Amino acid sequence: MALNELSVFVFMLATFLGLELIRRVSPLLHTPLMSLTNAISAISVVGAILITGEKDASTLSRVLGFIAVTAATTNVVSGYLITDRMLKMFKKRDDKR
Amino acid sequence: MTTNVVQVAYIIAAALFILALKWMSAPTTARRGVIAGEIGMLLAVVGTVLRHEVVSYHWIVVGFLIGTIAGIPLAYLMPMTAVPQRTAISHAFGALAAALIGTAEYYKSTPHGFTMVALVIEILLGFLTFTGSLMAFGKLQEILPGRPLVYKFQNVVNLSIFSAAVLLGVYLIFHPEQTQIFPTFAGLALLFGVLLIIPIGGADMPTVIALLNSYAGLSASFMGFALNNYLLVIAGALDGSSGFILSVVMCRAMNRSFTNVLFGGFGQVQVKAHELQQRTVRSATPEEAASILEAARQVIVVPGYGMAVAHAQHKLRELFDLLTKRGVDVKFAIHPVAGRMPGHMNVLLAEADIPYDKLFEMDEINSEFAHTDVALVIGANDVTNPAARTDRSSPIYGMPILDVDKARTVMVIKRSLSPGFAGIDNPLYYMEKTLMLFGDAKAFLTDIVKELAVGARI
Repeated sequence: MALNELSVFVFMLATFLGLELIRRVSPLLHTPLMSLTNAISAISVVGAILITGEKDASTLSRVLGFIAVTAATTNVVSGYLITDRMLKMFKKRDDKR
Repeated sequence: MTTNVVQVAYIIAAALFILALKWMSAPTTARRGVIAGEIGMLLAVVGTVLRHEVVSYHWIVVGFLIGTIAGIPLAYLMPMTAVPQRTAISHAFGALAAALIGTAEYYKSTPHGFTMVALVIEILLGFLTFTGSLMAFGKLQEILPGRPLVYKFQNVVNLSIFSAAVLLGVYLIFHPEQTQIFPTFAGLALLFGVLLIIPIGGADMPTVIALLNSYAGLSASFMGFALNNYLLVIAGALDGSSGFILSVVMCRAMNRSFTNVLFGGFGQVQVKAHELQQRTVRSATPEEAASILEAARQVIVVPGYGMAVAHAQHKLRELFDLLTKRGVDVKFAIHPVAGRMPGHMNVLLAEADIPYDKLFEMDEINSEFAHTDVALVIGANDVTNPAARTDRSSPIYGMPILDVDKARTVMVIKRSLSPGFAGIDNPLYYMEKTLMLFGDAKAFLTDIVKELAVGARI
């Protein structure tokens, strides 16, 4: 397969966009930021589904894919939930009960 | 038809991920960001399951179930002090997923050209991040010694193993059909991950975690190249750039370079150039500390890893409440590398219900120490060490520090006079205006709080 230059362009643009967006995140939220991006990068679950669910997948593919689906799903679920749990804790003085 | 639906779902998902990061910029919108991310992920997963290539569901469903069952307690039962460990283990999971998918893809189609290049990078990064993150987890969980393990020729050994892995990877790019080479390639990547983290000490964990975060993201991005999936490319690139920025922030906050963090073996006990002279320190009891705090107009609290270890954040909140009630202005000064991951202290203080508008970054608050009555240091050491400003021979010379020594009175809660991670003595403790409060952070704060509460009743 030839070089897919479009995907390289997409990568470059997304990286620059990411750098700009992350620069604006307050250091206050760096921990939840990391758990959120971690959950987002568990998008590899897409690749895992494709490998595991294929029609004539070999046993090897199915086993590796299955482990990958499990690991990525764990990250998706725990990543989003813990990010929200952390963010709920950040309160200003006036919005205290 | 379905192909179009899937494409649209992927495009919307990518947009939602970007919005999620945009909304993370401020605490007021951050939770909206999480929801955006969740919807994006749901769209991506549903879209993928609908794809006509996906025909066999049962293993996928079992994986979803196990992942969900494991993920929920990981999110809700994890104490906030253990968040660095959780982050490390989730990097390990993410990287493992990427590496295994790459491996399966390789054995399935042994692709040539660009796809193979992407796969090799994905697998290399994935496997080394997997074992590297496991090691980081072990160190943070204290299963493994937190001190750096160093030996002779370590960097030479590490570099040759990495080069060997890269060379095999390049060979595989040109001869993908040589499948017998692959296990060695994967094994070297796994081994390198272990060796890379072994010499890194606990205090460098913030940088390392951020760097591993970046690698995990990049490996997802390269999976996107290999599978020709732009959604993966974008999400991975966002994660990669986030980890990269955080590690740059961490390095800058320690005035060190990446290479120095990764290959410096920093944190070994160094033989001190000048012997410890017998210097006197002044110590104080909880009663004395309480009365000084009570009499102050402004107090700045400097928390560090010691506060996390002692789980002292809730007691600190009680102290904050009591002092605030008496009209004392209490602020918190957070050094970027305080704790074991970026933002660690902020999360702990937020957990204890301390309002976030009382938490200040180093640059915002450093000028205030000069007109502050009391700087209260809790379990922080090197980030307050004035030697970083003055002592050229000090290993932390040049590191930006919190200017606690400029406050009128400095109080330091610390177990003993033992030096911090780098084995560096802290001249702060021997200053005329410094009071050492010896003891466990939580116990000592409890005593101060008791003292103040009694005073309040009279």
